[in-house]
Amino acid sequence: MTALCLIELDGAEPADVSLRALTLARSLGGDVNAVLFADAAPQVTLASYGVTAAYLVEPSALEGYAPLAWARVLAALAAETGATAVLAAGTDRGHEVLAHLGAITALPMAANCTQVTPDGQGAHRLVRQRWAGLLLEDAVLEAPVALLTVATDAVPAVSAETPAAIQVHVHKPELAEADLRVRAAESPAGAGGMSLATARVVVGGGRGVGGPDGFAPLEELAELLGGVVGVSRVVTSEGWRPHKQQVGQTGTKITPELYLACGISGAIQHIAGCAGAKHIIAINTDPGAPILAHADYAVVGDLHQVIPALVTALRTR
Amino acid sequence: MDILVCVKRVPTVGGKIAVTPDGQEVDTRMSGFSVSPHEECAVEEAVQITERLGGTVSVLTLGPEASVDQLRDALALGAGRAMLLDTGGREFGPIATAAAIAAEVREHGYDLVLLGNEAADTGDYQVGIRLAHELGWPVATGIKNLSASPDRVVARREYRGAEEAYELALPAVVTVKEGINLPRYPSLPGRLRAKRAAIERSSPAWAPEGLRKEALRVPASSQHQATVLGNGVDAVPDLVRVLDELGVLS
Ligand SMILES: Cc1cc2nc3c(=O)[nH]c(=O)nc-3n(C[C@H](O)[C@H](O)[C@H](O)COP(=O)(O)OP(=O)(O)OC[C@H]3O[C@@H](n4cnc5c(N)ncnc54)[C@H](O)[C@@H]3O)c2cc1C
Ligand SMILES: Nc1ncnc2c1ncn2[C@@H]1O[C@H](COP(=O)(O)O)[C@@H](O)[C@H]1O
Repeated sequence: MTALCLIELDGAEPADVSLRALTLARSLGGDVNAVLFADAAPQVTLASYGVTAAYLVEPSALEGYAPLAWARVLAALAAETGATAVLAAGTDRGHEVLAHLGAITALPMAANCTQVTPDGQGAHRLVRQRWAGLLLEDAVLEAPVALLTVATDAVPAVSAETPAAIQVHVHKPELAEADLRVRAAESPAGAGGMSLATARVVVGGGRGVGGPDGFAPLEELAELLGGVVGVSRVVTSEGWRPHKQQVGQTGTKITPELYLACGISGAIQHIAGCAGAKHIIAINTDPGAPILAHADYAVVGDLHQVIPALVTALRTR
Repeated sequence: MDILVCVKRVPTVGGKIAVTPDGQEVDTRMSGFSVSPHEECAVEEAVQITERLGGTVSVLTLGPEASVDQLRDALALGAGRAMLLDTGGREFGPIATAAAIAAEVREHGYDLVLLGNEAADTGDYQVGIRLAHELGWPVATGIKNLSASPDRVVARREYRGAEEAYELALPAVVTVKEGINLPRYPSLPGRLRAKRAAIERSSPAWAPEGLRKEALRVPASSQHQATVLGNGVDAVPDLVRVLDELGVLS
């Protein structure tokens, strides 16, 4: 039994979401193989997550991101290795590549799984997120190859007890021109900045911030904590902040060490985006706000006073 | 440009989400219905494109008879034609859904089909891509910026802080996300027109799929009550101590 896992990279290392996917792949109980679109494999990390074979598709063979071409590579490698499962992280790319794979192989695809168990008779029992994680679904996936994406905020990344002996293979894909018809032109503009999805600290601002001019102290605090600002949907639909900063069901899912939610009530669609935070601290004038039922700590008070005072205290430390 | 937008009727989830006793669906006794914000934006995007380039906007839903409400909402926003693919209350999986939409696209012919990136209820993340494969058209997903010209679109999204741009020759499929635009409110004449508009109907074939739902459930709650550190600025010293304990002060 082999599970083939698409690895997305963060620099030269596997992205945290891909380590989570590898953790779920290992839980299936068979061999774990990795596929990377890169010219070198982060062997030590992959081995520590139990990967026994890594397949490299080098930029000379396939440059950049082309979703259908990536799916063709997964299809070819799944056939070559006899994989019974193909996994990817539940990211834009992971969902996209696995959906293409589902379409070209005429197989079903289960998105945002949190738990998967082979039933011993060729099918898989699984649990997956529905409603952006507000609900879970128990399901059965009957397919010769299980196509799965792994929820980015629910499965913690855990390395194997003992590292695997890993072999690295260079895979030369056979692609048709049509496979490359849709291809990303990547521009670093805006890159380099820390992304909301991967930030270690997120300072959240909601309606309580009061307007577009109220965010300067939150920015300052985020910078002091080495983090970024995230916002609620009220803030983006009022046009106070761009949508790319929105946390929640229809925004970004975050998994920071700390989420500091300021002037945010904690509607369930917002919680759907921040439930993966390790710790939550709320600053809210209303001690009855729903966010307090999800937070570890709270300060009851006006964020316009508390945040500047906190910034001052941190600066004078 | 002739554009088709696909929307799906889903329960409007308010302060709480609950499941029916048989675990088969969301309890809607206390809720209304709507379409996902991604799909509202898809309708708005289509209307904006045709305002600029000319053409038509059609809207389609596959669902029970009651989904006519969601079609009328889209008509009120500027769509000109609406189709109900009546499921008779049966749950269609993503493969059958894409096949049914593809049949309509083949019959009528469009330059561009817009969908949401994912449906609010199933979150399957695949109907748009399966549709594109059925049609042999190019597809881009998760799009938050679209510029259309008569024969092509450039679709943009963000990936790990960098921008990706996809150029697609038409006809094409694009799935969009909230944030691509700010949807307008329906006008009064729009509402009146929507109320009177005819709805075209058909009944697509259902087929079983390999992914079978057994039950939905609310995740075991991590709810607790936060430790209140204090009121206002007096709580700041304790707040600093907690931040230090959590290891976020470098
Ligand atoms: C389909 C759908 C999808 C959605 N997707 C998202 C999503 O992705 N993300 C999202 O965030 N929402 C989403 N929403 C909206 C969500 O339901 C809420 O409306 C929204 O999250 C509320 O934002 P808020 O907490 O900023 O505002 P409010 O609910 O108005 O809360 C403001 C809070 O600020 C507090 N406050 C006010 N003044 C101060 C002050 N001076 N100091 C401290 N606290 C103060 C108040 O006590 C209150 O708790 C979605 C809704 C739907 C229907
Ligand atoms: N029953 C349906 N009727 C119309 N459009 C649908 C339906 N199901 C899915 N879609 C479209 O496909 C998108 C992605 O859905 P999904 O792949 O199910 O997450 C949705 O945002 C809709 O635009």
